[in-house]
Amino acid sequence: MVHREAFVAGLYFILMIVLALGAFIITRSSAARLAGTATIHSRPTYHGLLAAMQVFLPMLAILFFGSLLATRFVEQQSLAAMDPALLADELHRGAAYRDIRRFAAGGAVANATDGLKAGAATFAYLNTLTQWAIAGIGLSAGLAGLLFGLRTVTAEFRARNRFERIVAALLLACAGLAVLTTVGIVFSVLFETVHFFQKVSPVDFLFGTHWSPQQAIRADQGGASGSFGIAPLVVGTLLISTIAILVAGPIGLFAAIYMAEYASPKFRAWAKPILEILAGIPTVVLGFFAALTVAPVIREVGTALGLNVASESALAAGLVMGIMIVPFVSSLSDDVITAVPQSLRDGSLGMGATHSETIRRVVLPAALPGIVSAFMLAISRAVGETMIVVMAAGLAANLSFNPLDAVTTFTVQIKTILVGDQEFDSAKTLAAFALGFVLFFFTLTLNVIALAIVRKYREQYD
Amino acid sequence: MNSASILTAEAPNAAASAGLAPEPKVVARNVDVHYGEKHALKAVSVDIPARAVTAFIGPSGCGKSTFLRCINRMNDTISTCRVTGEITIDGQDIYDPRLDVVLLRARVGMVFQKPNPFPKTIYENVAYGPRLHGLASGKAELDEIVERSLRRASLWEEAKDRLGESGTGLSGGQQQRLCIARAIAVSPEVILMDEPCSALDPIATAKIEELIDELRTNFTIVIVTHSMQQAARVSQRTAFFHLGTLVEEGATDQIFTNPRDRRTQDYITGRFG
Repeated sequence: MVHREAFVAGLYFILMIVLALGAFIITRSSAARLAGTATIHSRPTYHGLLAAMQVFLPMLAILFFGSLLATRFVEQQSLAAMDPALLADELHRGAAYRDIRRFAAGGAVANATDGLKAGAATFAYLNTLTQWAIAGIGLSAGLAGLLFGLRTVTAEFRARNRFERIVAALLLACAGLAVLTTVGIVFSVLFETVHFFQKVSPVDFLFGTHWSPQQAIRADQGGASGSFGIAPLVVGTLLISTIAILVAGPIGLFAAIYMAEYASPKFRAWAKPILEILAGIPTVVLGFFAALTVAPVIREVGTALGLNVASESALAAGLVMGIMIVPFVSSLSDDVITAVPQSLRDGSLGMGATHSETIRRVVLPAALPGIVSAFMLAISRAVGETMIVVMAAGLAANLSFNPLDAVTTFTVQIKTILVGDQEFDSAKTLAAFALGFVLFFFTLTLNVIALAIVRKYREQYD
Repeated sequence: MNSASILTAEAPNAAASAGLAPEPKVVARNVDVHYGEKHALKAVSVDIPARAVTAFIGPSGCGKSTFLRCINRMNDTISTCRVTGEITIDGQDIYDPRLDVVLLRARVGMVFQKPNPFPKTIYENVAYGPRLHGLASGKAELDEIVERSLRRASLWEEAKDRLGESGTGLSGGQQQRLCIARAIAVSPEVILMDEPCSALDPIATAKIEELIDELRTNFTIVIVTHSMQQAARVSQRTAFFHLGTLVEEGATDQIFTNPRDRRTQDYITGRFG
């Protein structure tokens, strides 16, 4: 049955494309014939494109909305035959509907009731019916679009203007989809966060200084305090990100200045791709490097200096994360520095400025908005990075500003909480969503600050 | 001005500028320029008089801009460019390896084809050079330099109430006058202008030409132009370049009314170029 559904859908798609192509070819040639006898407003290609759109878009819309409606309708009708007592809530309804579908597909269902059997019959019948109905309506709409397209091929019909409007609408739809997705993600996280705050007070969460999400299942269980103060995570995240940007900022920016201003084209041609390979190294591999190479070196050096260094330290994670984001800073900064017009450099050099004075006083200020966004992107990457911290900085939620201690971050805790099977109504699991929400808020704030900086300097440097 | 001390120290015969035939400010002898394989300028020899406007005219690609950029060594910024021959300013060889190109460019200012104010305020644009070379000892002195430069560039009246606004917000003609103010703020001896009006409308062009005429009392000006009328209007001497060679050079009146060379005649009468 699943095979037949896929077959119908596939056939529909193929027909949709064939019909659209056909509409394009037929309408275009019809318009071309007309163009041979009269002066027409739009070129034949536009008539063809418009007809293709008039076939394609209605068919796509009918498939999409038809399927959405049909699914609802079929579910309702199938469940109607069942004992209402079994459908007390959303969870039970879902379970019952799954049983019906499995039964209808010929699968075995334990304790199949008469209601279930009747439901399964209804499901099988309605499911097939709606599918064919959608296919039928869609095809008719497509054919109607084709006929309409052919009929509108007249000398004065403004096919070009219409097609341009459709293109604009399609672009708007894509932009809207991106925005809606973001909004959807925010809300899905927000709902779980609200659930979490019904179990744990937001004040304790935001200002608590102890993070230990293990909760006791039995009263006599030890080592489970269930406290959700995120201060140690905030400090850990900021500590590691700060170290990372302190490493990546200067190295990346100076590398970019060298690449853009001083390097010979030959050097640039091979050095830049190598630098960008660094961005392609999987973070797990960088995590190995941090845990097995950098962290021991730091510990040995620290011990030699008489310092107490944890075997997993914020410094190791931060350093390696800094190396990871160097390409982000350097590559983007390089692009914006190169984009500064040569005329500004000439103007400055012509005043008797040296090369470095020109870079400091003219090129970098002009490139500043771009450089700031490069830094912000790099920081966002650092804040969101998980793997390196898991491997190099540990899981211990210490409230410590000492870069030699083991610390933990938001992302690591989210990962730790959600690994394995978890019940979805405990404060521990929901805490992951609250953490995600705070993290999102944090990066959002960073972006807003970055935009504000960019805008401020745009006014001055444009 | 502090740059004046540099000038007197390095230019022993700067004072010899009186009389009808003044000592030439810039002297070029057998200057050849190659861009990689391309021989862009061939054996150019010319004298450029002090405190006068010298115009370089000629069809596109004739080498006039290339020669202009030799005088403040802006060609140094192009890695494939090679300059041979001798250019002196006040008798001093500017391609002498001991000469500091930064100091040379403070003495020889440049105004470019397209107005290129820095993306800074009007004030900062003009103060850029004096700051670089440490010409002002305090805020008051810097203010004075900025005002004087803007006045000399006939921009003060339009700009005095908006010194804190971005230089890029001015109109094209105002931007070019700002670039001239920026160039004269370091009190150069020579100002090179590379088609300074080619991006401007006729009214802005007229203002710049008027300004060039005023500036020649204080500066030695060399201007590259595509417009023969402009050369005739603003310059005292004219040099005609063609295919990388200097064809003819002389008083502007003589070049335009009684050219010696056939090619000059053809160019100024519009037969080619």
